[in-house]
Amino acid sequence: MSELEKPRILKIHVLRFDPHNPNDFPHMETFEVEEADGMTLYIVLGEIREHLDNSLKFDFVCRAGICGSCAMLVNGRPTLACRTLTKKLDEDITLAPLPLFELIGDLSINSGAWMQGLNKRLETWIHDKEQELNINKLEERMEPELADEIYELDRCIECGCCVAGCGTIQMKPDFVGAVGLNKIARYHLDPRDKRTDEEYYELIGDENGVFGCMTLLGCEDVCPKSLPLQSKIAYLRRMMLRTGLKG
Amino acid sequence: MKIIYTDVLIIGGGLAGLRVATGVKDRGHDTIVLTLIPPKRSHSSAAQGGMQASLANCAMGEGDNEDVHFLDTIKGSDWGADQEVARMFTHCAPKAIRELAAWGVPWSRVARGDHTVIINAKKETITEKDEAHGLITARDFGGTKKWRTCYTSDGTGHSMLYAMDNKAHEKNIEIHERLEAIALIHENGRCYGAIARNLMNGELVAYVAKATTIATGGYGRIYSVSTNAIICQGIGQAIALETGVATLGNMEAIQFHPTAIVPVGILTTEGCRGDGGLLLDKDGYRFMPDYEPDKKELASRDVVSRRMTEHMRKGKGVSSRYGDHLWLDITILGRKHIEKNLREVKEICENFLGIDPAEEWIPVRPTQHYSMGGIRTTYQGESQTLKGLYSCGEAACWDMHGFNRLGGNSVSETVVAGMLVAEYISDFCDKAESSVNVQSATIEKFLKREKEKIEALLTKKNGEDAYVLRRAMEKIMMEKVGIFRNGDDLQEAVTELEELYIRSKNIEVFRSKSRAANPALVNAYRTQKMLKVALTVAYGALLRTESRGAHSREDYPERDDANWLKRTITAWPDENQTLPTVSYEDIPISNMELPPGFRGYGKDLTIHHPETKVRQQMVDLIKEKLEKEGASRHEVQNALMPFLKKLPKKYQKFNERLGDIHE
Ligand SMILES: Cc1cc2nc3c(=O)[nH]c(=O)nc-3n(C[C@H](O)[C@H](O)[C@H](O)COP(=O)(O)OP(=O)(O)OC[C@H]3O[C@@H](n4cnc5c(N)ncnc54)[C@H](O)[C@@H]3O)c2cc1C
Repeated sequence: MSELEKPRILKIHVLRFDPHNPNDFPHMETFEVEEADGMTLYIVLGEIREHLDNSLKFDFVCRAGICGSCAMLVNGRPTLACRTLTKKLDEDITLAPLPLFELIGDLSINSGAWMQGLNKRLETWIHDKEQELNINKLEERMEPELADEIYELDRCIECGCCVAGCGTIQMKPDFVGAVGLNKIARYHLDPRDKRTDEEYYELIGDENGVFGCMTLLGCEDVCPKSLPLQSKIAYLRRMMLRTGLKG
Repeated sequence: MKIIYTDVLIIGGGLAGLRVATGVKDRGHDTIVLTLIPPKRSHSSAAQGGMQASLANCAMGEGDNEDVHFLDTIKGSDWGADQEVARMFTHCAPKAIRELAAWGVPWSRVARGDHTVIINAKKETITEKDEAHGLITARDFGGTKKWRTCYTSDGTGHSMLYAMDNKAHEKNIEIHERLEAIALIHENGRCYGAIARNLMNGELVAYVAKATTIATGGYGRIYSVSTNAIICQGIGQAIALETGVATLGNMEAIQFHPTAIVPVGILTTEGCRGDGGLLLDKDGYRFMPDYEPDKKELASRDVVSRRMTEHMRKGKGVSSRYGDHLWLDITILGRKHIEKNLREVKEICENFLGIDPAEEWIPVRPTQHYSMGGIRTTYQGESQTLKGLYSCGEAACWDMHGFNRLGGNSVSETVVAGMLVAEYISDFCDKAESSVNVQSATIEKFLKREKEKIEALLTKKNGEDAYVLRRAMEKIMMEKVGIFRNGDDLQEAVTELEELYIRSKNIEVFRSKSRAANPALVNAYRTQKMLKVALTVAYGALLRTESRGAHSREDYPERDDANWLKRTITAWPDENQTLPTVSYEDIPISNMELPPGFRGYGKDLTIHHPETKVRQQMVDLIKEKLEKEGASRHEVQNALMPFLKKLPKKYQKFNERLGDIHE
């Protein structure tokens, strides 16, 4: 925006609902905000709360695209609000909470509880029964490229965008989603995790796991970290098929 | 009335809190973690650059050990740190990182052979040894003699926090998300837990515990521009202060990071400069070598931030509608390096500035970043004055950072402190004296008090707007309690903050009256608490008439050991007082391993304490004698300042390094 141009007046249409208020029902509400240079939806929503309606609920934590708190539907598409620049959008901007998660109110969702459940269900931690850790001694070695590859998959921020963008999960609510399958791919790649293919099969070798995915690609399109979700799911599927046939 | 009992209540689900939780659980104690948000979203996840641990695996880290790490930490602290605590920390950092490696953190590893790196704007080749291949590698960071900062690309905090949170799941640790501690329950000098508010439905819950740990992180958000997450509001420090019994230490010690982007204040990691990035002025001129010919861009953080500010004051800043800034140039590192090792930085530049940092310079300026001060504790992490209350991580001041923390020492501190404090808490809980004998009337009293406070905020008429007070506070802190400070500004800051504080007692939550999820209500009670914290910072800064580390007084440029080798202690004993009570705790020179000296930046302006010389002579004498006798470095260290016995037994052993095996 140059200094001379008049700033745009953004019309922010928010899907609002307070489940704690028995008289409330889901409805759209529109707020007008004057656009500023470098404005993000974080700044927009902050201004609305501070100057227009202090009851508006939404979640930001790091406001830097790192923590995954602020995923929401921006013009129908799941994304991180904090790093969405308004200048890339039309004047009319529609915001709604991510579907499929418990609604706390307005744009605030309880994705944390969902992710906690997922992590427990898939046991997303290093399994090594034999491990006798001596932290005074040199650490175990790892090939540098392998460490990089694991980190690549470890970059998931559990924001929930892939869940909201997933066609499968709308039909099968117990589907672990791309977020879950990516985690399994991550631990499967990690030599420190001693789980066998059979044990992984137990976790994801069914319709709620890797065989549920209908390859609609919604997940990878919306992943804010650009994780290679589809290729990892395809890889897991091949591996699980092999394991399934063996068993 | 909802009361939940546990052995160890942990307030905060960042790295520090979660590490305490796994530790006490391993020792057989029940624990509950309270957190404002899902733990994986805690601010720890934002740490990009790395974790310091003297592993000495990579070529540029060779020769590193606890002694060198200790030296860097104490110098960095401008001799404000507790040297025993710093020793405990440097001794345990390698253990903590090795533990995390086993728990799943994919630390970046040493790759054997030749590598091209940028050092001092020149390409150089370093050769990694065969025998180091596959061990954890490290990068350069400010204020360190060796390459000691271990990392996973630039998502260090993220990968650490994910591994830690997953570990907590494995151990079945109970985590209560979106529960905010708003007051501590205490009686007769003993803490018994906390009152928490459920941020989803508004319910107040009393958590009663033998030991309560505050691991709520820093208080950067009392400033208007900060690299901190927006939840780093100092509520942990405030609820400790509000007991009237627990004390805070060195609250005025606030660190400004040299390179946050303009205007939003999001951080670009010190790794940018560690990996060879440069600071340039409006003429594209590299100015740091003029000020700090030795360490240049990699001088200690407080020093670089001040030099940048000085340079901008000389008219060398780039002017913009958001004020002056300088440039961070990482283009010289090359696209490949940036896309692999500085990827978060690249994403941040793309998303928030719309630039490609492999092609363009990044607009940066010093910005509030870290809170050295916090809840004052003993080396065991326990409040010095309120039994049963513990604290660790950025929330605490046990005091390993003194007046300036080194980059990479903070995530390291969180896990080391978490490890240690978990043991001390467990020891306490194992003893009979830890049993909870608080009357239910007391618990009820606290619950009732908090409920009434909330009702008052919701029902008050013609009151104050919390947002107005908060913005005013943030501005005062920014303009008058910043990088360079002076008596006049600080006096104004204290007076104005005190007025705001008095007005804050009259806050009214306009319109938004819900007792359940209600952001306006949250802002109202937090603003009251934040103002108290801001006052401890500003008042401590006003009274400290010297410059030490990040506390830099233009009217008192000297570091004054003769009068100010002490920690500032603040308390709020009477609810009706409008300024904190300030006292001081001496930092004794007589048992220092490293007596106060010159940090090596700029001109030496130190006013020395008479005892420094005496202690230095003694240290020299002991060293000379033992070294002549062929004593090991551990023996020398032990003769100067024994600390090992203070550690839990299981952490007392020495750390193995590659050099030890191949010598
Ligand atoms: C952008 C950035 C980059 C950084 N990079 C590095 C780096 O590279 N290396 C390094 O060493 N350090 C770095 N730091 C510093 C480091 O990240 C922090 O100091 C450290 O992670 C703090 O961890 P913590 O566990 O003490 O607190 P946090 O991670 O901040 O966690 C605090 C927890 O407390 C909870 N909480 C807060 N208040 C309440 C309440 N009232 N009730 C209940 N729960 C509450 C929160 O929900 C959260 O779970 C960086 C900091 C920033 C700002």
